[in-house]
Amino acid sequence: MGDVRSMLTTYRHLVGAKIRSDWQYRTSFVRYLLSQTVVTALDLAVILVLSEVVPSLGGWNLSQVAVLYGLTTLSFGLGDLFVSQVETVATHIQLGTFDRFLLRPLPTIVQLPASEFALRRVGRSIPAIITLVVALSMAEIDWTVDRLALVPMTVVAGTIIFGAVWVVTASISFWAVGAREVANSFTYGGGFAHQHPLHVYSRWVRTLLGWILPMAFIAYVPAVHLLEAPNPLGIPSWLALTPPLVAIAAVVVARTVWRAGIRNHQSTGT
Amino acid sequence: MFGYLRAYILIGVAAAGGGEVAGWDEGLMVTFAFITQSLLAGTGAFGEQELAERIRSGDVVVDLYRPVDVQLWWLASWSGRSAYTFGSRGIPPMLLGAVVFDLRVPPDAATWIVFALSVVLASGIGFAIRFAANLVAFWLLDSRGVDQLVTLVLTFFGGLLVPIVLFPPWLEAVARLLPFAAMAQVPAEVFLGLHPGRGALTALATQLAWFVALLALGRVMLGAATRKVVIQGG
Amino acid sequence: MASTDQPAIVADHLEKTFAVRHRAGRLRRHRIEVRAVDGVSFRVDPGEMVGYLGPNGAGKSTTIKMLTGILTPSGGSLATLGLDPTRHRTELAQRIGVVFGQRTQLWWDLPLADSFELLHHVYRTDRRRHEENLGSFVELLDMSSFMLTPVRQLSLGQRMRGELTAALLHDPALVVLDEPTIGLDIVSKLAVREFLVNLNRERGTTVLLTTHDLDDVEHLCQRMMIIDHGRVIHDGGVAEFKSTYGTHRTVVVDLVDAAPPLDVLGTMVTRVDGPRQRLRFDRSTTTAAQVIAGIVEEAAISDLSIEDLVRQVYDAGG
Repeated sequence: MGDVRSMLTTYRHLVGAKIRSDWQYRTSFVRYLLSQTVVTALDLAVILVLSEVVPSLGGWNLSQVAVLYGLTTLSFGLGDLFVSQVETVATHIQLGTFDRFLLRPLPTIVQLPASEFALRRVGRSIPAIITLVVALSMAEIDWTVDRLALVPMTVVAGTIIFGAVWVVTASISFWAVGAREVANSFTYGGGFAHQHPLHVYSRWVRTLLGWILPMAFIAYVPAVHLLEAPNPLGIPSWLALTPPLVAIAAVVVARTVWRAGIRNHQSTGT
Repeated sequence: MFGYLRAYILIGVAAAGGGEVAGWDEGLMVTFAFITQSLLAGTGAFGEQELAERIRSGDVVVDLYRPVDVQLWWLASWSGRSAYTFGSRGIPPMLLGAVVFDLRVPPDAATWIVFALSVVLASGIGFAIRFAANLVAFWLLDSRGVDQLVTLVLTFFGGLLVPIVLFPPWLEAVARLLPFAAMAQVPAEVFLGLHPGRGALTALATQLAWFVALLALGRVMLGAATRKVVIQGG
Repeated sequence: MASTDQPAIVADHLEKTFAVRHRAGRLRRHRIEVRAVDGVSFRVDPGEMVGYLGPNGAGKSTTIKMLTGILTPSGGSLATLGLDPTRHRTELAQRIGVVFGQRTQLWWDLPLADSFELLHHVYRTDRRRHEENLGSFVELLDMSSFMLTPVRQLSLGQRMRGELTAALLHDPALVVLDEPTIGLDIVSKLAVREFLVNLNRERGTTVLLTTHDLDDVEHLCQRMMIIDHGRVIHDGGVAEFKSTYGTHRTVVVDLVDAAPPLDVLGTMVTRVDGPRQRLRFDRSTTTAAQVIAGIVEEAAISDLSIEDLVRQVYDAGG
């Protein structure tokens, strides 16, 4: 336990150092923060525009889709803030600067997100939180204690699942440095896809982005239960309680893949 | 990936509207999702900072003293890259889309020709906008913000997220008045055969007008910038 | 903790092969095995200061990367401070210090002092010990005037002093320095050398350094190892090395046309490759100027250069 605490202290100092560094480039910081916020808000604008032309998407009304958008985008935004920096591993390998991380007495998977932390990414979470709060209050939810607890639990588990997906897709760089775009199409694709009900997609998209990369658990599965929304896929309601378990499993898988990647890097040196 | 996701969402929209929304059926929607994905690449939708970099570093002075027109020089280099990216990144999305869906491809050569012209003009408008946005670097130290703003506005009002025909009427009217629709929405509509006969000429004329107007804007800005550089002695 | 008499490094028939893919034609790709390190054996005892030399691509960096746990050996055995470097990478990281001359481990946009403070947290060093070390390094390396300057604004010499401090604040038993003096001005170079000698003498820190600069080795090391084509071709005392190769130089001359071995007073032709000839001479009996004059009398030349000590050893070994 003492080890974890001192690691957290180190993490905090590394993040603090990065924020102080970035703050020297204030205009660019503010610019990125704003553009991240607007990009994320545009996705919401799409949902609003579509709700004007059709009353529902896949049987879900505006406030239901907005809850989905809020949950997905908040988890995506937090995962983006705390974990997505692992994708810089591709750049570090290409520049040869990844060695520096291997030479320090801290797991690389802690060092990278800490050293590359970018506070400006918090911009994604801003429209997400606002939308989530507004949509939850509009969605005519039958609030029970378990439903109340479900929301924060889903956000935490969802953030961890997104983080794990990021680690796995970033690990591809250990084997194929140029594959960053492919990796991004899963992470960013997943973040976009799950803003809309999973059942509007065809089976192969659902399988890939929903279950193999278990991003259905980030928002759709719990939201079906929370909102008592149309459920053409027949998701059982007990499944809504499983995101924390999925999150744990995802972390185990991500850790294994990342370690295998490090080992491969150590033997090929590329 | 994004092409597929948008295609399925738009299918969902069409279905919710009883098979057709704003006169667009499923086939149109799906093809639109992929053709705009293709157009993203060739029209430089992801921003362009090379000229702004040269302005920041001062290298632009060299360009100003070259015996060729600065704007034409950059247009030439843009055209080359644009043609290349359209081939390498514009064609794959359509092919990938065709694997899963029945895409609606122009039935006659005439439409293809109009479409080709429309894409060239769209790329030209893309150039003219980015050229002007880059020139802002002469006055603002940090001109990347302008470039990003252009990208964001283009994404939304160009119809790259949802076709602007799905916008509420007032918003669609606004979008039609901006040059961004001429960069993605219009060529996509041409491809889908929504501007038959005379309509094609109107569409191309509108694009051409934007191209010329924005080039002129760039030229005025360049003139002002050159005077500024000359007065300050580089 | 490892006992003090345990060797700092033991390498036994160490090997590293890389698979290099390169295109052959449009689609076919060849896989070629490259042996970067080919059966290297050596032992470094605690408190030693060893120079590790070799031309670019000889296997120096690969060896260092294996010693520090960045790369896994493909063959042979290796123990650094008694540990298997890749398996115990983070544990080892706590006990070694590494400086890669070309790459910084400091925080680019922050004052130098902030980097040291961060390293205190990364290595979880004792606060008092940290202050003590930092104080003495700042004094020895004369860094007080630029401690609050952002690293990106430091001169190369100032930065290198910062890098050395960063690698040593956690009291490592072994430091590995890759080209620590490359590109430094003479004042910084001398400061760095003096500091390293002092470190080795006062603290008994084991030092392994790679360099292209023979002067570094002469001033710092008792022992030098030379590697070429992945093999150690010389391992011994610096004094012994100099007496073997010290007074000889080689002139490499490219003639306009191939010719029989040149007959120049005081020289001996050691190799002929077409129009290129190598002539060895002894500096104690003749001078380079005399030799060159002699060559010019004998034949028309297109290019000429004098090779230094180390290059001669590479040739002898290769």
